[in-house]
Amino acid sequence: MATLRIDKLNKSYGEAVILRDIDLSIPDGEFVVLVGPSGCGKSTLLRMIAGLDGVTNGDIFIGDKRVNDLEPSQRKIAMVFQSYALYPHMNVKKNMTFGLKFSGMPQPEVDRRVADAARMLRLEPLLDRRPRDLSGGQRQRVAIGRAIVREPDVFLFDEPLSNLDAALRVSTRVEIAKLHKLLKATMVYVTHDQIEAMTLADRIVVMNQGQIAQVGKPLDLYYTPANLFVAGFIGSPGMNFFDATVDKKEGGAVTLSGPNLPAFTLDALHFAPTVGAKVKVGVRPEHLSATATGRFRIVAAVELVERLGETSFAYVRVGDQAQIIAEMKGREVPSVGDVVTLSAADRDLHIFDDAGQRVVVD
Amino acid sequence: MRPLVSKVGVHAVLGAYTLLAVFPILLVVMNSFKTRNAIFGSPLSPPNAETFSLIGYHKVLGNAHVGTYFANSMIVTLGSMFFVLLFGAMAAWALTEYKFKGSNWLALYLSIGIMVPIRLGSVAIVTMMREAGLNDTLTALVLVYIAQGLPMAIFILSEFIEQIPRDLRDAARCDGVPETRIFFEVIAPLLRPAIATVAVFTIVPIWNDLWFPLILTSSESTHTITLGVQQFLGQYITDWNSVLAALSLAILPVVVIYVLFSRQLISGLTAGAVK
Repeated sequence: MATLRIDKLNKSYGEAVILRDIDLSIPDGEFVVLVGPSGCGKSTLLRMIAGLDGVTNGDIFIGDKRVNDLEPSQRKIAMVFQSYALYPHMNVKKNMTFGLKFSGMPQPEVDRRVADAARMLRLEPLLDRRPRDLSGGQRQRVAIGRAIVREPDVFLFDEPLSNLDAALRVSTRVEIAKLHKLLKATMVYVTHDQIEAMTLADRIVVMNQGQIAQVGKPLDLYYTPANLFVAGFIGSPGMNFFDATVDKKEGGAVTLSGPNLPAFTLDALHFAPTVGAKVKVGVRPEHLSATATGRFRIVAAVELVERLGETSFAYVRVGDQAQIIAEMKGREVPSVGDVVTLSAADRDLHIFDDAGQRVVVD
Repeated sequence: MRPLVSKVGVHAVLGAYTLLAVFPILLVVMNSFKTRNAIFGSPLSPPNAETFSLIGYHKVLGNAHVGTYFANSMIVTLGSMFFVLLFGAMAAWALTEYKFKGSNWLALYLSIGIMVPIRLGSVAIVTMMREAGLNDTLTALVLVYIAQGLPMAIFILSEFIEQIPRDLRDAARCDGVPETRIFFEVIAPLLRPAIATVAVFTIVPIWNDLWFPLILTSSESTHTITLGVQQFLGQYITDWNSVLAALSLAILPVVVIYVLFSRQLISGLTAGAVK
């Protein structure tokens, strides 16, 4: 068990900068998920923590020890790969014990660890099988078992569920969550799937273009995204954005309007917007409603309706702005061609300044 | 389903090629069981009750040296194969897995070995072996064959190693497996089909080689079977029975080795490792 600290970490291959000034501190026992679009550097960051990729500059500490120059095996980490990476010519038990063989661990201790891991992951009946005789879910459990027997300080997961089908993904996700409760180990988990991120993480690190866009608890990221990128990345379908300008500022009230956005007034805007400043107003599809009576209102024509059962997504057009998505609950679903008035509560509006940074709305 | 015509066409072409390839061998084996007169009288007919004769085999097996020739061929072939596979696999692993200064140049240098035939260096090789005191030894042959086989072995094995998922090596590294063990216990077992391929590629030319035994060995105790057979070919009289019998026998070991290795030529050994 250990803390993990990353200090001003940079990675570049020649001219190409992969990671830029990453600072991250993970307390002992925390489950941190790195999430971001492909190419954002999240996997590279994980591989650098593991010691599989070198550090260009900056430091990585596991516990109190600077591990930059240590081999992966000396870092007390264990990694679970997306591809499972099981040794195909060894049975499940050998897969789990192969690494321990080289640590000089006494046999009874090896046996105890394998027995514990096998029980935890329900692998007992599979111990003599080869990987090729296992299903995808079983293979991934073996890969996790191989990590557990090392009793590492830090568990690293590289998109471990991406190769599983939808149903298995959910059940394996639940198992990983249980495992974290049980082992109370520090875990770093990379995924591009925000549902995995939201459900598993104590804290989420959203990455974009080699930098950390925001670090926070899952609901904090959802309700108070720090910038446009996080606002658009977290949540599905993504947040709707409207261009707007600050028209008027009187006392604590600010009036905004945009080309496709009728003027509306907000209270207590905690920033000092100059009149005429350009902003973006964001609102999530699930917060737009045809029945609410907020001051933010748009009139829109329904172009397409996707019915999912419990909810339906209405794709609507507002003026000349590309499609806006509104989530409708229940049986009352507009039809194509209807003109609806959609509204949202003040607290569900997200305002971003010209630089894409969040402007706090109370 | 492909149309019947194209199926028949493909098999006709393959059948014709097989016939073409097998015919000379068949001719040698067939005639090795015939009397001398029958060999010349009707070379294309199979042996019958009248023409059947084992005289060639009697002569060959009765010859005191033939056993030595076979043993020499075996030692040279298997010895070279072992080292070609060992060094080839190790070099291929090093060249694909580790990027070090000059690794690309080294790979290029080795691939030149595929393109330039080693026989061009015959004179230098003979001089070298004589100066090293290895003239007329099997060691000399083994060394030459290792040099001859290595470039191709490295080339083929590198391709195979590239195909082994990178995650597997990374997983082993995280597991604390030392690099040499990663090679011998994780990579090498997965290379089995490739190693079998390379083994076959390596063995056949060595077993069949006449050139290097001819220039590097002089005494009968170091002759290989291909060179040994030559003693039955005289300037004035050629003992065709013995020549054909010896050649037929010489085919056998290669066929046996091929059958043994071809069992390893099954793909899908990495099944279950990833995905």
